Amino acid sequence: MALFEEIAERSDAVPVRRVTITVNGTRRTADVEPRLLLAHLLRQGLKLTGTHTGCDTTNCGACTVLFDGRPIKSCTMLAVQADGHEVTTVEGLGGASELHPMQEAFKDEHGLQCGFCTPGMMLAAKALLDETPDPSEDEVRWALSGNLCRCTGYQNIVKSVLSAARTMRAQADADGS
Amino acid sequence: MYPSRFRYEAPRSIDEAIELLRAGDGEAKVLAGGQSLVPLLKLRFASPEMLVDINDLTGLGYHRADPDGTIRVGALCRHVDLERSSLLAERQPTMAAAAPLVADPIVRNRGTLVGSLCHADPQGDWAAVVTALGGHVVAQGPDGRREIPMGDFVNGPFENALGYDELAVEAVIPAPAGTPAGGYLKLERRVGDFATAGTAVAVETSGGLVTRAGIALTGVGASTIDAVEAARMLVGRPLGAEVIGEAAALAARAAQPKSDHRGSAKYKRHLVHTFVERILTRVGDTTERAA
Repeated sequence: MALFEEIAERSDAVPVRRVTITVNGTRRTADVEPRLLLAHLLRQGLKLTGTHTGCDTTNCGACTVLFDGRPIKSCTMLAVQADGHEVTTVEGLGGASELHPMQEAFKDEHGLQCGFCTPGMMLAAKALLDETPDPSEDEVRWALSGNLCRCTGYQNIVKSVLSAARTMRAQADADGS
Repeated sequence: MYPSRFRYEAPRSIDEAIELLRAGDGEAKVLAGGQSLVPLLKLRFASPEMLVDINDLTGLGYHRADPDGTIRVGALCRHVDLERSSLLAERQPTMAAAAPLVADPIVRNRGTLVGSLCHADPQGDWAAVVTALGGHVVAQGPDGRREIPMGDFVNGPFENALGYDELAVEAVIPAPAGTPAGGYLKLERRVGDFATAGTAVAVETSGGLVTRAGIALTGVGASTIDAVEAARMLVGRPLGAEVIGEAAALAARAAQPKSDHRGSAKYKRHLVHTFVERILTRVGDTTERAA
């Protein structure tokens, strides 16, 4: 007689819900346990590892994504709550061949050192510029006050956002004329 | 970190939500903004058998004023809505001052005022504000609605007076009889940290005199502190320097701070004194100019 026998857990013992989330413009459907966090669905389920998990306690903002256009901390939302909603991650900003003006500005202005907070910073900043295309420095600092940079590189982050704002306004003017 | 397993329900009506809570028999938790509950689930300080997610309920995202001036805030009104509210900017200075100081801008996109009251954290900003304003919470259960005054709503740290089958549907700020004035000040080590100390002051003035006053304190006791004596001594008097000083001293005496990594008890008491003085001095100056 074997000393132990592994018993497979009955698959129907775990409650699973089907969710459909529009991630970066593409509809994605998954079966998830209700306790799965949105950050984990994005990173492990959908392999979108640009969304970082830093503190995992709703402090640092590294996991910031846009939820129906507004920044939220994806470590503090259940994946099931995103059912039927739109999520934008840093991968939705732009690819390696064509950077978003925000990414371009972070590159040009040295807005990143270790890069860990960068995706969250850029998404929070994009949400600011979507509503306030010409923010003051104070408004930028205020909007980013929920995102921590462990390198303390805030000066250049703020510079980057202000630079991106100028570029995006110029683009909007060019498109409008 | 992963929460422990739970059953998840997203009801479509308040009645359905209450039925689920009733069926949960005390083992269900309501999920609104989730900015306090989800961290608690992840740390496993809370492990309910069922989560009743009310985010799909329609018609609870409001904040509005009745014709008589009563302000009502629905269970799904987010902090950000209050931060950007022209209604509060024009008519409710204490709430308008507090809204931008709650947590951080990203948390404010999800968190709710009513949820913050229910969470009953002694560090919660809204509990102090609603206490100072003499507000109440409307709870709906299987037998209908009841009003719970803020002073009775919090039973202790992280404990509220809701029955297990009741849903907090709105917070209510009574209509002012005089001109509402006041403010909210808080010191935090960095944005989003718990308050070192916070102070909500809400007064109503008429003819240069204070006709109603409320002062409540954040983060300097085991729950929100209603500085009743400090508020009472203001009523019927003009906001001169001497009166303000007395009220500030009484409020500081009402605080029950503990020394910790955020500061010594003495320092926190000093903060309360300073905050009351600052808010009332500003109100006094404005009232004087208006008179």
